[in-house]
Amino acid sequence: MTSVQHTIESKLNQAFTPSFMLVENESHKHNVPPGSESHFKVTVVSAAFEGQRLLQRHRLLNQTLKDELAVIHALSLHTFTEPEWVARGEQAAQTPPCLGGSAS
Amino acid sequence: MDVLEKIKEQVESNPVIIYMKGTPGMPMCGFSSRTVDALKQCEREFAYVNVIADPEVFEHLPRFADWPTFPQVYIGGELIGGCDITLEMHASGELKTLVQETVDNAA
Repeated sequence: MTSVQHTIESKLNQAFTPSFMLVENESHKHNVPPGSESHFKVTVVSAAFEGQRLLQRHRLLNQTLKDELAVIHALSLHTFTEPEWVARGEQAAQTPPCLGGSAS
Repeated sequence: MDVLEKIKEQVESNPVIIYMKGTPGMPMCGFSSRTVDALKQCEREFAYVNVIADPEVFEHLPRFADWPTFPQVYIGGELIGGCDITLEMHASGELKTLVQETVDNAA
């Protein structure tokens, strides 16, 4: 059986021909059985997003992943054009800030 | 009243409204929690609907603005987006400006 993760990756590849793509299964961070495919975080960098607001980009992804959305619990979307991606240091949002607890 | 009429009435009569799982004081989903936190930092009042307590809205809201997931944030009667977009706009400062302008103009 094809995994949900694999299906998401192949549908996004086909729809957006991304220059960078990362599909992360974050289910282990949630209260679900081991091996679950319930929570995903998707980062897509593509020229297809040129001139489109975030709302439009997310609509496109939601539409592309319509069938998957019906079975998974959560989908976090991070969409960038190549220049936007470079400008933000090639990092998707949500890495918690350093609170000064460095060991050095 | 038809549920879509009810939702339309809610988003049009409240300058800022969030449809979330749980309440601002007790969110029941991590995405709703982070989104409502961003709204709280905009220093204006906002309305909320707990979709868990209103199964009819829970079922029909996705087709209201053709948006499949929760939470959903509406500002000035328009869908702004879900958690990721709201947080992105919060990080850039855009959210606060939009919320304050919309609320202040509606007053």
